[in-house]
Amino acid sequence: MNRIDRIFRDLRAQGGKALLPFLTAGDPDVTTTAALLPAMQQAGAAICELGIPFSDPIADGPVIQESMHFALTRGVRPADIFQAVASQRAALSMGVVAMVSFSIVHRMGVGSFIQQARAAGFDGFIFPDLPLEESHDVRAQVAQAGLTCSLLISPSTPLARAEQIARACTGFIYLMARAGLTGERASLPVDLTDRIARLRQVSDLPIAVGFGISTPQQVRQVLQAADAAIVGSAIVRRLTSCRQQPAQAVSEVTSFVQQLADGLVQDTAHK
Amino acid sequence: MSTSASSAVPDVRGYFGAFGGTYIPEALFAAVSQLAVEYEKARRDPEFQQRFAWLLEHYVGRPTPLYFAARLTAQAGGARIYLKREDLAHTGAHKINNALGQALLTLRMGKRRVIAETGAGQHGVATATAAAVLGLECDVFMGSEDMRRQRPNVLRMGLLGTRVVPVESGSRTLKDATNAAMRDWMESSDHTHYIIGSVVGPHPFPMVVRDFQSVIGRECRQQCLAQIGKLPDMVLACVGGGSNAAGIFYPFVGDTSVKMMGIEAGGRSSQYGEHASSLCQGKPGVLHGSRSYILQDDDGQTAPVHSISAGLDYPGVGPEHAYWKDTGRVQYVSITDKEALEAFSTLTRQEGIIPALESSHAIAQALKIAPTLPKDATIVVNLSGRGDKDMDEVIRLLGKP
Repeated sequence: MNRIDRIFRDLRAQGGKALLPFLTAGDPDVTTTAALLPAMQQAGAAICELGIPFSDPIADGPVIQESMHFALTRGVRPADIFQAVASQRAALSMGVVAMVSFSIVHRMGVGSFIQQARAAGFDGFIFPDLPLEESHDVRAQVAQAGLTCSLLISPSTPLARAEQIARACTGFIYLMARAGLTGERASLPVDLTDRIARLRQVSDLPIAVGFGISTPQQVRQVLQAADAAIVGSAIVRRLTSCRQQPAQAVSEVTSFVQQLADGLVQDTAHK
Repeated sequence: MSTSASSAVPDVRGYFGAFGGTYIPEALFAAVSQLAVEYEKARRDPEFQQRFAWLLEHYVGRPTPLYFAARLTAQAGGARIYLKREDLAHTGAHKINNALGQALLTLRMGKRRVIAETGAGQHGVATATAAAVLGLECDVFMGSEDMRRQRPNVLRMGLLGTRVVPVESGSRTLKDATNAAMRDWMESSDHTHYIIGSVVGPHPFPMVVRDFQSVIGRECRQQCLAQIGKLPDMVLACVGGGSNAAGIFYPFVGDTSVKMMGIEAGGRSSQYGEHASSLCQGKPGVLHGSRSYILQDDDGQTAPVHSISAGLDYPGVGPEHAYWKDTGRVQYVSITDKEALEAFSTLTRQEGIIPALESSHAIAQALKIAPTLPKDATIVVNLSGRGDKDMDEVIRLLGKP
């Protein structure tokens, strides 16, 4: 059984929920990325989503764009990121998935990229610019490698299509809380709970919600209905603020992820 | 891999052979699907086609002339060189054809705002113009480096009531303006249409833009038959994203006697980062929604590109050009900054026509190839735009006349 499936199976058995922090790999440097992996697990992350820096991340807001650009100007390459994950894998029970543009995967070769990622210890993939229609061959190869592939569902995705997408996902479904770009927002959309409920009717896969989630309160709110909460820009912003002292990035980000993990405990007073 | 090229492309999935497709975030899927559905209807709707044709005739000033450049021909010393005068279209370039077509689609979809990316500023001006005449709101994304190089067009867009949004990310050129426009569209597609300016992007854009631009080739084919009494031996056009080239090439695809040549920006040299020759030097890759020839590094990061002309300064190219390259239907070559600048001066002095730096690349290739052909051969060059916008840049490079 794939590690992602096992993580969600165990959480469901205990009535638990998952926190998925996102990190830009290589910001401020790959050594820090490697150090952050066990720290994320310690802080309460069930799965860590590692963003492979890309020169043209069209679905990302300004914070993650800038972070990826910074990592690339520092010369970070996928091979360095594979090495960083491989150096930590043996000591981790946490899942690690790669968020990677299909532009990178296509150029490096689909089969070769998947094999290298698997050998490094990645458990699955999110391809933010690969829609259902173009994903067939890639999903087949990911499945053959025993890894997971989570496709995205947007608020503009009609239910019938969402059902098709859900059927094509393995591991978990990535449900976008809002249309548009990654980035922090003050509040969650009011229809989110309904959208999760409708998706539940057509799929048994765990549902992870991302885009615009940045506080422990929002994590708690999302997890009333979803299985997992994905937090990206709010974490990356803290990461980028520590570029002068990379050592501090670990403690800064860890303490923020610990706060977010408070949202994993459902506070009855808020219900 | 070489089979004969068909004009019955793309297929239903948006593929031209192995190129094209729809590589986009799910957040854009609904908007792109809506466009595909509406475009299919518009294509078959005589009222839509009539309104488009009326605007092209009475507003753009079509048909644009096919002009025999006698003095340029004499100087080159060989084949007869004809110019398809897209520089005489309203706003000074072929871009207006597509901008009006897509602005009409915007109205048809009940949307009130258009956005566009622009490099040289010609597509931005064309979109701003179409928005003004059809009563749409308009925001244009432009790299800050291009805003410096193409200042007159920035001012024109402002006068037309368009907001020009400077893009400061990445290389601050066309690629980054395209990223910014796509990001805007992801959050605004319920009321906004993204008028892509070239035959690039996810399906159906490469087909939509080609179709709206193919008026150039249809006119040109008829004009050749009427004025020369036969089809031309060769058709040349510059290629950045490739819209003026697709527009003039497409109606000739089935005319196997007509040789076609696309001219890319050779920049300063053939070194990585010094040019924008995606077809001549790139490899198949995925960028901005489709699979085509792309300039990338070994990890799939988009390569830096350079060209003297902001309109050719793009690391990708339309998927139909990739298809024409692989089927051998069109030959692609490149022309350096220096050669383009020389051709700019030659055409200006010989014919009293100041070409855009983009189009100057095609003129340069015509000057190279004409002497190798017999005197009764004919070459048509798509003169895709006029050069007023390039005055500052040309004077900076050549000095004041």
